[in-house]
Amino acid sequence: MHLDAKLPAGPLDAKWARHRAALRLVSPANKRKYHVIVVGSGLAGASAAASLAELGYQVSCFCFQDSPRRAHSIAAQGGINAAKNYQNDGDSAERLFTDTIKGGDFRSREANVYRLSEVSVNIIDQCVAQGVPFAREYGGMLANRSFGGAQVSRTFYARGQTGQQLLIGAYQALERQIGLGAVKMYERHEMLDLVVVDGKARGIVVRDLITGEMSSHAGDAVVLGTGGYGNVFYLSTNAKGSNVTAAFRAYKRGAGFANPCFTQIHPTCIPVSGDYQSKLTLMSESLRNDGRVWVPLKQGDTRAPGDIPEAERDYYLERKYPSYGNLAPRDISSRAAKEACDDGRGVGPGGRGVYLDFAAAIARLGEDTIRERYGNLFDMYAQITGENPYKVPMRIYPAVHYTMGGLWVDYNLMSNLPGLHVIGEANFSDHGANRLGASALMQGLADGYFVLPYTIGDYLASNKLAPVDTSHDAFRVAEAEAKAATDRFLAINGTRTVDSFHRELGQLMWEKCGMARDRAGLEEALRRIPELRAEFWSNLKVLGTSDSLNQSLEKAGRVADYMEFAELMCRDALEREESCGGHFRTEYQTADGEALRDDAHFAHVAVWGYEGPDAPPTRHREELEFEFIKLATRSYK
Amino acid sequence: MSDMKLTLKVWRQAGPSAPGAFKSYPASANEHMSFLEMLDVVNEDLQEQGEEPIAFDHDCREGICGSCSLVINGSPHGPKGGVTTCQLHMRSFKNGDEIVIEPWRAKSFPVLRDLVVDRSPLDRIIAAGGFISVPTGAPPDGNAIPVAKEDSDRAMDAAACIGCGACVAACPNASAMLFTSAKVVHLSLMPQGQPERNRRVLAMVNAMDEEGFGGCTNYGECQAACPKEISVENIALMNREFLRATLHDRDGAPRVAGTM
Ligand SMILES: Cc1cc2nc3c(=O)[nH]c(=O)nc-3n(C[C@H](O)[C@H](O)[C@H](O)COP(=O)(O)OP(=O)(O)OC[C@H]3O[C@@H](n4cnc5c(N)ncnc54)[C@H](O)[C@@H]3O)c2cc1C
Ligand code: FES
Repeated sequence: MHLDAKLPAGPLDAKWARHRAALRLVSPANKRKYHVIVVGSGLAGASAAASLAELGYQVSCFCFQDSPRRAHSIAAQGGINAAKNYQNDGDSAERLFTDTIKGGDFRSREANVYRLSEVSVNIIDQCVAQGVPFAREYGGMLANRSFGGAQVSRTFYARGQTGQQLLIGAYQALERQIGLGAVKMYERHEMLDLVVVDGKARGIVVRDLITGEMSSHAGDAVVLGTGGYGNVFYLSTNAKGSNVTAAFRAYKRGAGFANPCFTQIHPTCIPVSGDYQSKLTLMSESLRNDGRVWVPLKQGDTRAPGDIPEAERDYYLERKYPSYGNLAPRDISSRAAKEACDDGRGVGPGGRGVYLDFAAAIARLGEDTIRERYGNLFDMYAQITGENPYKVPMRIYPAVHYTMGGLWVDYNLMSNLPGLHVIGEANFSDHGANRLGASALMQGLADGYFVLPYTIGDYLASNKLAPVDTSHDAFRVAEAEAKAATDRFLAINGTRTVDSFHRELGQLMWEKCGMARDRAGLEEALRRIPELRAEFWSNLKVLGTSDSLNQSLEKAGRVADYMEFAELMCRDALEREESCGGHFRTEYQTADGEALRDDAHFAHVAVWGYEGPDAPPTRHREELEFEFIKLATRSYK
Repeated sequence: MSDMKLTLKVWRQAGPSAPGAFKSYPASANEHMSFLEMLDVVNEDLQEQGEEPIAFDHDCREGICGSCSLVINGSPHGPKGGVTTCQLHMRSFKNGDEIVIEPWRAKSFPVLRDLVVDRSPLDRIIAAGGFISVPTGAPPDGNAIPVAKEDSDRAMDAAACIGCGACVAACPNASAMLFTSAKVVHLSLMPQGQPERNRRVLAMVNAMDEEGFGGCTNYGECQAACPKEISVENIALMNREFLRATLHDRDGAPRVAGTM
């Protein structure tokens, strides 16, 4: 596998400007001759599709929901970072860069992260111009809040619905292009394969989820903005439909998969209540601005929280990380919660919970201020738990939330497969081993509005692309394979439902490849996953037909991919013999239980290449070089 | 944790042109389950018995994507105000209840299967004008134009719409006025939305009519059904916007001094 990250040389703050100036352009008149396929209509996909169409490219955009506005990005709550320094608290692109590299535990590329920090400011301007109703101060200026892993206030927000408002902004821009005929939108279509012709990505195969019809779409470049794979764990904060299918099938066609084991477990989610549980609900990290995390000092203390006096509480984040306190980064906060619960000091059913307490903030600021800041989150909490968080502390526990791993891309956001571009959560690019809060929205929109529209032009202008249409053999073959795979699910006729398999896989992954991992557990998972997969293929029960809306059939395809992908994740976790960010190997920790990185052997991106169904995948590396920031042990103490 | 036994009467329809009918199913639940989790359990049972599961739209399951769309005992999103179906919990029901579950019913939202309907007309209303025409590029600094907090808060109240279509399903006229007005009002309150204010409302209202949605005769059912409690005041504001735009539109100059 050839991995050339194409990182520009030169001073950090000049890299992107110089690179951009050197990119080749497609003339305005020629743009309409190119057809770009964008899969995904989340922040990344919608912003890219709209921006490319505005430039004059012909664009087709696909999503599996019934409307592009329903992409998973809609659920982001807390906010989006930008180094505007509106608060005059010393923020800058350099500082955001440093925070992000350090937050990612030194496993991301300097050049990418600096670019992200630089363009972050443009995103806010663009969104304001679109009419996004960001929170404002009385003087009419934009308001900010703080998020984990930062000591400045750089997070912009729209109540607790920031993702919704940003996505609606991008969706409106996309709908405008749809109305103008510049984007053809395919809702309720699921990508089932990537089509590669002469070594270049030239199209996709999709299934119409209403009629079941398979169809092929050819283009000059393919862009995947298909989101993350947190649902490999079954329970996560992701939307139910979020999947790895598009990315995984691209991997099977030759795209490298980078750092699949880097998953983020978010510290503040509503704990599991029973085995019917279908998903987990995030309580935004922004709550940690005003909420204090604690558990009882004593083990097995079953008193009601109000009956536990101050002196018998352990505000463990404030105790262990005094300079960041409740705003310690996610990986650290999650692990600390797990430790407290493992120590028998957890609260709520099964002892799997910690308190997030607003009493002090309510006493200081008044209930109205807290309601204004977090009202919808408090309502959501009350809905789900039947408890009133204005009166009793919330109970929270970590849950799978985000995946830093993804398809490998170079500085131009192109995978090792020419023509295949990957943006947003689906790529691996900017967050290293741990993502800071409010940085996913920033990255998705940076990719879609301000990076890809330039770099894709360079690809199109630099390559002579032979005309290809869907009558090409590669399309016929891929379409037939997709059809056969779909029919195969229906023919098994076993006894177990898709969900029951998905649950079992998820439980296994949570136990063996979740918040803490070790060699024995990962090896066990690597034995058990193939067994479960074999049972899946021999005992799955999917009813109905393939020529109609069949939600179990859709799920079967996604779970089949998770069954293979889970193995790749465990393999990656096993081979990475160090702890960094969200990847915590219990064998590699410091005396006081912090992650122990091994920069000498693992300061690289692990990129996995598919070698066919009967051979193990191969592990390649992209070495990470730190020219501008010194590798250091992360400390939030 | 109290267990309850329920009887569901669910609309089953094999496809857009197939006839549909209610079918009864027993269900059991506990108070901590969400309504959709209760249906998940029913679906697992159905499949085990060899019957195809009930199809329904859902994705985020936290009340923000606008996918879920069930009429429960005659009310879109069920009996509890201010929540979506996915946020409705079984503690709102009691042992022995019969629960009738139907899809959104509106001429503009044809049923695709069981409880799944086609809501694409809502997207087309947005495509007609529900945006600010600002291509990606280099707009002014985000703080260049101050926005009064009151305006941005009110805009946010309207922009909180999740596009689920419950307002249409609740309205005896199957009108999309609440949905359309929420977008018109959101954008008309922002300074950035001013240049296109007139053409926007005209285009969106026109698209709404073309999609076959009914008119508004002030039943107010839409607001009652809206999981985000979008106010019918938006409809009044949109009517004013529409009037204003119509007057402007006659020759491009404002006719009525002092309107807004
Ligand atoms: C509850 C929650 C809260 C969050 N809060 C924040 C926050 O406050 N700040 C922050 O920065 N980040 C937050 N995040 C993370 C952030 O929301 C996501 O990482 C980001 O929105 C992902 O955007 P995306 O465009 O890459 O993908 P998505 O929004 O997931 O979009 C994926 C798109 O791809 C389509 N798709 C996927 N597979 C296929 C297929 N096979 N065929 C066709 N289409 C397909 C989908 O239909 C969808 O349109 C949060 C995440 C969660 C879960
Ligand atoms: S499933 Fe998203 S709003 Fe109900």
